Parts: sequence; C-alpha cells; structure tokens
Amino acid sequence: MRYIPVTDKDREQMLKKCNAGSIEQLFTDIPDKVRLKEPLKLPKAKSEMELIKYMQSLSSMNSNTDDYACFLGAGAYDHYIPSVISHLISRQEFFTAYTPYQPEISQGTLTAIFEYQTMICELTGMDVSNASMYDGASALAEACVIASSASKKKQDILLVEDVHPQYSEVVETYLKFRGINLKKVTVEQLYETDLSQTAGVCIQYPSFYGDIYDMEKIGEYVKNSGALFIVCANPMALAILKSPSEFGADFVVGEGQPLGIPLGYGGPYLGYFACTKEHMRKMPGRIVGKTVDVDGKTAYVLTLQAREQHIRREKATSNICSNQALCALSATIYLSVVGKEGFKQVARRCLDNAHYLYNGLLATNKFSKVSDMPFFHEFTVKPKEDISKLNDYLFENGYIGGLETEKGWLLAVTEKRTKEEMDDFIKKAGEFNG
Amino acid sequence: MANLIFDLSKKGKCAFSLPESQIPTYNLDQKYLRSVDAHLPEVSEVDVIRHFTNISKRNYGVDQGFYPLGSCTMKYNPKLNEDVANLDGFKKLHPYQQSSQTQGALRAAYELQEYLCEITGMAAATLQPAAGAHGEMTGIMIIKAYHESRNDFNRTRMIVPDSAHGTNPASAATAGYDIAQVKSNDYGLVDIDALESMMDEKTAGLMLTNPNTLGLFERDIKKIAEIVHKKGGLLYYDGANLNAIMGIARPFDMGFDVVHSNLHKTMSTPHGGGGPGSGPVCVREDLAKFLPKPVIIKKDDVYELDYDRSDSIGMVRSFYGNFLVYIRALSYILTMGPDGLTRASETAVLNANYIMASLRDSFEIPFDRFCMHEFVLSGSMQKEEYGVSTLDMAKRLLDYGYHPPTIYFPQIVHESMMIEPTETESKETLDEFIEVMKKIAEEAKEDADLLHDAPHNTYVRRLDEVTAARNPVLKWEKE
Repeated sequence: MRYIPVTDKDREQMLKKCNAGSIEQLFTDIPDKVRLKEPLKLPKAKSEMELIKYMQSLSSMNSNTDDYACFLGAGAYDHYIPSVISHLISRQEFFTAYTPYQPEISQGTLTAIFEYQTMICELTGMDVSNASMYDGASALAEACVIASSASKKKQDILLVEDVHPQYSEVVETYLKFRGINLKKVTVEQLYETDLSQTAGVCIQYPSFYGDIYDMEKIGEYVKNSGALFIVCANPMALAILKSPSEFGADFVVGEGQPLGIPLGYGGPYLGYFACTKEHMRKMPGRIVGKTVDVDGKTAYVLTLQAREQHIRREKATSNICSNQALCALSATIYLSVVGKEGFKQVARRCLDNAHYLYNGLLATNKFSKVSDMPFFHEFTVKPKEDISKLNDYLFENGYIGGLETEKGWLLAVTEKRTKEEMDDFIKKAGEFNG
Repeated sequence: MANLIFDLSKKGKCAFSLPESQIPTYNLDQKYLRSVDAHLPEVSEVDVIRHFTNISKRNYGVDQGFYPLGSCTMKYNPKLNEDVANLDGFKKLHPYQQSSQTQGALRAAYELQEYLCEITGMAAATLQPAAGAHGEMTGIMIIKAYHESRNDFNRTRMIVPDSAHGTNPASAATAGYDIAQVKSNDYGLVDIDALESMMDEKTAGLMLTNPNTLGLFERDIKKIAEIVHKKGGLLYYDGANLNAIMGIARPFDMGFDVVHSNLHKTMSTPHGGGGPGSGPVCVREDLAKFLPKPVIIKKDDVYELDYDRSDSIGMVRSFYGNFLVYIRALSYILTMGPDGLTRASETAVLNANYIMASLRDSFEIPFDRFCMHEFVLSGSMQKEEYGVSTLDMAKRLLDYGYHPPTIYFPQIVHESMMIEPTETESKETLDEFIEVMKKIAEEAKEDADLLHDAPHNTYVRRLDEVTAARNPVLKWEKE
C-alpha cells in the first residue's frame, strides 16, 4: 500500500487508544444490511511499472497533435504552450494546495489570482473579473442567469445563433431548469426582434464560424433596448480585436484554454468571467481583493463572499465552489511570458496564417466562400467534396482537418502552423477527389 | 521585493519568441482593431520564474505537511498520476478529433465510469461535471427530469439537512427547486420524525451526505430511503465523504438513486489551489437515459460518443468534462485496487478516531462515539472559559506549520472544528499534530493573547477582511 503509511503495528496501537478491538468495531454504525459483503469488483492493484505501461498503452491508441498537424479549432485551440508554464504550475505549493481559505498561508494562490483578474480586465476592458469558472460554456450560462435576475420586469435571454453549439446547449440546460425563457435568432433577425422582454443578449465574438460581426452596431441596438449585453469572446482574439468594452458589453465571458492550457481532450479548461462594476456583487464564484494585514502589509484575500454558497446557501448567486484555479494560474503565467508585445505577435501570426490558408484553399477552386465577413484565425468554407471523407484523406497524410458543421468546413489556424504544413495541407485538400 | 508581476514590467523585456514568418502579413480593417493594447507585463523569463516561484513559497500544500481540512479529503496526490496525465496521447488530444483517433481516451473514460459505478453500486455514469457542486447540479437536474418524465410537475422543493454543505441548497436552487431544511437530532443525525412530516408529494427528494458532515454515519439510512421513496421522492448522495466507505458500503445499497463523487477528494487528484476538480455523477439504471450527453458507449469493442439521447437533461459543460483530471483518478483506482481502496477507507476512519480519542481530554467532542473519516470538535469550552475562539486556535496552528481544519462548519456545532486526517498520514504525523493541539489548548488557558494575535510566523498576519469587502480593490491599477 504505497500511499498508506499506517503499519499493522500502528493499527493495533491506535485501535487500543480508540478503545476498539478491531477496525470492524469502528464501523458498527453502518447497519449490517447495507454492508458490502464481498470485495469490490475492480482490477487488482497494479504496481507502478504495470500502471505506467497500461496507461501508455491507452495513450498510444490516440493520435496526438504532435504527430498530426492540427487544423481543428471550434472552441479548443492548438496554440504553443511555453515550457515555463508546466514547470511553475507543478510546484507543489500551487499544485497541492486547497482553495485559499487561510489567507496567511495562501498568498501565492491569492496573489496569482489577483494578477489573473487584472489581466482578464485588461483583455476585456471590464471593471472586474472573478477567479475562474469551469469552462467557456458554463461561464456563458452563468452570465445569462445573472443577467436574467438583474431586472424584475424582464427575464428572457436571447442568444444570437452562431455561438458554439455546445455552449448553446449548456445555456439551454442551465436556463431550462431555472425556468428562464431562451430565444435564438440569427444576427440578421436580431434587428427585427422585439427586445422589450429581453434581459440579456448573448453573442459570440468572433462567431463559432469565425465571423467578426459589426459589434458596435449590435451593441448599440442591444443597449438601446435596455437589455444587458453578454459577449462570449476568444481571449486570443482580444489581443488585437476591439475589446468588448468598446462596444458596450456588460458581461464578457469565454474559454481561456488558448492561454497556455493543453487541449487535453476537452479539459480541464478555464472559464473566464468579467463584468462592469455594476454587477460586481452578483458575480458567481471566488473573487480576490487587496487588503492589508494587522501590520499594514499588503495582502490578498477571498472577498465579497456574501454572494457565495457557503454563506448564502440557496440564495447564493451561483452554486460554484471548486473552480479552475490552476488553469487560471497557467493563463496568468502565459500572459506574463508572452507579455504585451508577444501576445499581439501570437495573435497576428494566427491572423496571417489563417488568411494564408483561406486564400490558398479558395485558389484550388475546390472550396467556396460561405461568408464575406472578416475573420480572425478561424473560418468556414464549403468544400466540393464530402467533409468526412476529406478529413479521412487528410488524416492519412498527417493532418487533423476541420470540423464538419452546418455551414461547412470549420478550420482554425494557430501560430504553430508552418508555411510547409499549410502549403501541403492546401495541396492535399485541393487534390482530394472523393 | 516587488509584489506583483506588473511591478516588474519594463518596456523592451520579453520572455517569448516566434519563428520568423514566411508568409505575408494580413491587415485587418482598422475599425475591427482595439484602440488600446491590453496592459500586460513586459518581463523576462527569469522575472517570470522568480516571481511565481517566490509567491508560490507563500502557499502551503499537501506535499509540505499535514492538511486536516475537514470535508476536503486532502490526501497525498501521487506523482505517478501526473506522469500519466502528461502523456502526449492524453494531453495533446483535440476534443473534436474523430473517435477512431481517440479510442484510448474513450476507453480510459469508459473504464473509469465502470469503476465508479462499482464503487458506488450504481448502473451508469457521466464524467462531464467539472466539480462537486457541478455534479450536484447535474444530479438534481436528473432527478427533476425523472419526475417530469412521469408527468409529475408538482414537486417544487428539495430537502437538505441543516448540516449539509452550502453547495447542496445552492445546487438544488440552480435546478429550480425551493429548499426545505430538515433538522438534525441530538445525535447529529437526520431527525427521522421531522423528515417524515416534511416529506410529501411536493418534495422532489432529499440530498444527503453519508457519513454526514459531522463525520457520523446516518444509521437509519434505510428508513430514510424508505420515507423518501414512499412519497415518490429520490435520494441524492453527496459524495464529499465517500472516502469513509469505499469497499465497505455502497450508496446504492443504502437506497440512494443518484450519486456524485469528488475525484479531487476521494480519488487523490490535486486541488491546484481551488481546482480543477471533477464531479462525475452515477445513477441507478432507470435514470441513465437522463444523463448529460454525450454518453460514452461501447459497441463491439469500439468506443463512441452518443449524442442521440432524447431524454438527456442536455449538456452541462462543453466536451466531456475535466479529462486530464479523471485520467489521474483512473490511475489512482488502478494503483489501489479493491483491497487498497478498502484499506484506504479503513485507515482514514482509524486515523480520525485516533485523533478524536487523543483530544478528548482537551476539547469538547459534541458527538462522542466512533466517527467515520472525520469528526467535529467544539472550541466552546475555550471560548467560554478563556475567551479564545476556534478562529484563534486555527490561526495558532499556522504558527506550528499546519493547515488548520475546517472551522465554523457545520454550523450546527458552536465553535466547530472539523478534522479530516485522511489515510495518507502516518501515526507519527498524527501524534505530532495531537501534541500541538494539546499545547494550543494549554496556551488558551495560560496566554489567551498569544492566540488572539496569532499567527505570528506567517508571511502575512491576520488580514483586514472587512475593508476588503467594503471597498473592494479587485485588480492592479497603474499608479
């Protein structure tokens, strides 16, 4: 029992101290009829050598993004992760600590979260950020719940289609159970929609299909209706694209995975949540604030806890307790490493690469446009060939192709993709005849 | 020393480089570009390493020492599991890759589901919830979907005990339920008569932690299940305390219908300063159709993601949950095996009883009987006689190099201190902790101010939390 240091002899002595004749006696409160009478049917314990071998065998059944150049995005992006991050987050002080309930011995985590909150505010232009949510989808759902509760008169939420379909599903789940009406419209329909009962309007920026809408026009329309404006933004895009505060967002949420967090087959990721000061006391989750100790020394502490479940129970603004603190730390370190200039460079390289690939694909005459909108690092094209077969062909040639969507083939191009990879990808995609 | 990474910033410093570009630059129309850059720090790589290393030293982790934080199961996080989670085939896998490219990942997830079902006695599982509270919300949504599938729309409330974790009522509220609180009896257990009088056709079910937050096993669990089921309700198991009963008793056999487990507690995955966690939900057979989609299915030894689930409550998170967290949990279960998990629970219970028995003369133990994996003591005596609060004693523990137990929870015990040692602590560690606790009890008697002013040796001392909440400063501002 590698992880259990109590020896048989210790057991005896300890039982004696407890006035118990056997381990069995400690469990006498468990009625016999609910006792498990046989051992659990699980594989027998594996040694360290056996375990690693087994898990390697499972791992090697998967095709990873080091072996296949990845052109798949759609909510998870294959960006480069600087080496520094894994070294720092693996420090046991960060890695094996609990939620910073005892601030005197948690200043490491608390300081990092304070920095994280600052960076998220910088990216989004919002006044305040919380310490993290589970992922982009649940962050969006929670923003909808808060927006709906902000006004007594109007509770409905409007979702502009072209948000990530899974985010849309998660929002639907959260709102359905709360009894909040959810309506979905296209961006064109938005301007003809009566918003008098709408508490909040959500839009993804850039859209799931890659489009950058005229956000100022949308923002103005939403604000004029009196609804709150919820923007779900890719944080990498915010390095260069207009920050949501510039077009009137009240809530900015999204998926922080692009900021130094591995693809990891979908998680753990990082939901970020920021808003204007007006909604600060309704925010879900942990928030870190600055203060001083009894000696006047600067320190950081979990604050505004009167919103939270451990104080307010069913009246809390959210049920969230554990969040994604370590992922928030990764994002903080990532943004420190790339820094003000590097962050823009990465984003610009993504932009350049994506447009290079887009133009290359169109030039093969095997793909047609589906949109005339500008895009950042992700776009949709319509192939002449069957998408699934096209992806299979590309995979045989060492590429993970794009996602098959309702509107076409959705591709993302990060700064990791080289000219050689893109040229070859274009060639292979163009030559494929299903 | 500079306090924040922003204070180290200097124009021209950079810790990052890109390969030279070989393609033309693309210029996006100016109207789409931001007018002001995000003010991120400009620092060198050494700055980054030193800063985060230095602030990390102001933290306390399980690798450093004893962390008896009740309800949080702060057991050792095996390093081997980190190596496993870092394998390229797991870490560098895109969630939208076709299932033919991810068979190993799907198989790992499928196997973990099976093992969690075996441990809890349930029939089907989802790994989508990202944390315990997220699992609770998912589980309660499943209960609601079950009632509604029977055209029963009258159940508007959920019962939770007064000793429940705050997440229980909060999670039930997110699923749209009103909350009714059932009181505990003099033995710290659910008051059966009170429950019986509350349980009716308007009640969707009862959320219960067993053993409960006082570390006591709900002995009348069969009776409780009967009361809830008789009125058509379902019984929800909060898995926060699953570490007490692995291989000893199973929630299904107790009469529970829906269970969540906290892999970041029971299955040893690291807490990371507050997350990521993972909160899988297991259900009895007839509730499987309500699980969030997609569900991982196995057909002729091939694993697939099944989205075609018309009765599903829907998705609660993107993709498939905190995959790299549950890969660690799978490694843990496979390393421990059935005997190891049982031994873990036995030892967790023994360790808790040993501390309780050793502190009996120094502190009030409100429910003095064999406890499970944790117990609650009360600092009432110290408070009344010497004016020393549980908070004071907890802060004094910091001086002695320990993470304090959970304090002031459960709220039904005055000046409560909830101690959960876990099975990964040796007798020597427990003995040292016991000595320190006794010493603090002595100090309370002899030098109350020493405790009022504690901690003395930490990086910062007691904080002004009132001003922090009254005048919130939530981000760094350029001076």
